[in-house]
Amino acid sequence: MADVVLATTRRRPPLGQRVAAVAAGGSGPALAVTYLSLLVILPVAAVVTNAFSGGWHGFWLSVTNREALAALKLTLVCSVLVAVVNSIAGVAIAWVLVRDEFAGKRVVSAIIDLPFALPTIVAGLTLLTLYGPNSPFGVNVAGTRAGIVLALAFVTLPFCVRTVQPVLAELDKETEEAAASLGASHAGVLRRIVLPSIAPAMLAGAGLAFARAIGEYGSVVLISGNLPFKTEVASSYIFSLSQGGDLPGASAVSVVLIALALVLLLGIGFLRRRFNVTEAA
Amino acid sequence: MTHTRRIAFIRPRTALLAAGFALLGLSLGVVPPAGAASGGSIALVAYSTPKPAYAALITAFNATAAGQGVTFSQSFGPSGTQATSVTEGLPADVVNFSLDPDMAKVVAAGLVAPTWDDGPTKGIVTDSIVSFIVRPGNPLHIKTWADLVKPGVQVITPNPFSSGSAKWNLMAAYGAQLALHKTPAQALAFLAALLKNTVAQPASASTALQTFLSGQGDVVLDYESDAIYAQDQNEPISIVTPPQTILIQNPIAVTTKAADPTAANAFVKYLLSAKGQTVWAEQGYRPVLPKIAARFDFPTPKKLFTIASLGGWTSVDTTFFTPVTGKVAAIEASLGQPDTSS
Repeated sequence: MADVVLATTRRRPPLGQRVAAVAAGGSGPALAVTYLSLLVILPVAAVVTNAFSGGWHGFWLSVTNREALAALKLTLVCSVLVAVVNSIAGVAIAWVLVRDEFAGKRVVSAIIDLPFALPTIVAGLTLLTLYGPNSPFGVNVAGTRAGIVLALAFVTLPFCVRTVQPVLAELDKETEEAAASLGASHAGVLRRIVLPSIAPAMLAGAGLAFARAIGEYGSVVLISGNLPFKTEVASSYIFSLSQGGDLPGASAVSVVLIALALVLLLGIGFLRRRFNVTEAA
Repeated sequence: MTHTRRIAFIRPRTALLAAGFALLGLSLGVVPPAGAASGGSIALVAYSTPKPAYAALITAFNATAAGQGVTFSQSFGPSGTQATSVTEGLPADVVNFSLDPDMAKVVAAGLVAPTWDDGPTKGIVTDSIVSFIVRPGNPLHIKTWADLVKPGVQVITPNPFSSGSAKWNLMAAYGAQLALHKTPAQALAFLAALLKNTVAQPASASTALQTFLSGQGDVVLDYESDAIYAQDQNEPISIVTPPQTILIQNPIAVTTKAADPTAANAFVKYLLSAKGQTVWAEQGYRPVLPKIAARFDFPTPKKLFTIASLGGWTSVDTTFFTPVTGKVAAIEASLGQPDTSS
């Protein structure tokens, strides 16, 4: 939050002014589109083109063979589960960070982002050491679907906390107090005042977590055991296809993942608009 | 995580973490050239396991007259990925893969001459065998292939569709059954039993060993050279040489696009020389020169067979490892059947 305050109070440097002037002058959209095209649209288009290099028939065969379906189903189920669980956990953690005062709060807040910094293969190895056969806690989820969910939950948690946290911080406590003074129960305040305000942020976090989870590779492959039909996630299946030289097949399965993410993110966008409308009315 | 049974201090498993970082370095691939001097430069692109061996080999090569001042850029990664990268334009002067089909990809792209395997060693730079890596002291007394399919034995072998090492492993298992005078159908049934006992199929040989070292499984199938390296790193393992196993042969070639063919050829010539082969042997690889091999006491399996005796890689790759329709794909699919409901 400190950064935001700083940015608005600090005078812009001349370079910033010049960039702003260029943006205002109409090159801004062009710049944005060019950048977006080079970084996102072009690579995605290349993947889609590659996926259909064998025609519709080739695409269909690649994505409907049993191993592909099993991997996609597993990935979808685990990712949805992780998005839901982390959204709830994310709100709880953000709540503690925003509303509670305790020693070491800043440290805890900084720790939240560590899963992003840790190279995923190291994350996978660490999770396997902690929650594998030699677990110091006696918890062994190696080679199970629970292990996959654990790894995905680990890497996607920051999304779910960081999207909700600023919204919670901005939330007007007086509204809650007013509702409480008018006789609303604790649960009532949470449901009718807090939740509607943070729901768009929660959904945004869930969407990001889901999109990241369906493509996650490094942290999952070690703990999952990577058994075809059982614990092989889509990203790992894609990797094995590309290793086998079947790039169109690998691209085809990737396209399904991209489509899943797109549908979900669009759906979330729709829901967020609905919430925002309710809020305004 | 509700069934917590005991709480203990988390001991930092530094070895494991260090290995993780090594893996990371491996995935980052390119190591910048060390020490520039006149004498040419070589872009080496190789599969992942010989990385430590090449460190020793390059030092030794630089100490020879031909290798003086030659600089290297090195890239290590999964064999299949490396072959694809080279065909997609990764600069490579010398390529060293885990198995022939990866070399075939590069040959098909016109980057390696079709005559690459004409030399005295037929393009092969190192040999190894498929070994069993077991827990220290071999508590389950795993000695033979039959021991791997006993009920409850947990096997780890990489995913054959992503790992060259896994293909060697499965063909070792299959060929061993033929060597034991089983029919091809019985040998296939053995593969099914073996994969049924497999608890993890990591993406590569190195992740398979990591999974094993983190505590999962009773036995991991791996290159003997990799096992020897792990033992040299003081990892807690024992190595078992199966009575019947396959001779692993790793191909090497100078590319047609080599920027400095003289340096590249000199390097490959060194790798195949008596001196080079001695360094390979010290690093755990079986020399391809019989007179050097005789100076080291690598265990001799009762029956050692080659991929050629099983029809050669081209035929084996198609028959066994074609996705969906290959024999191994069919086994994996049938094993996946009962569990799809859960």
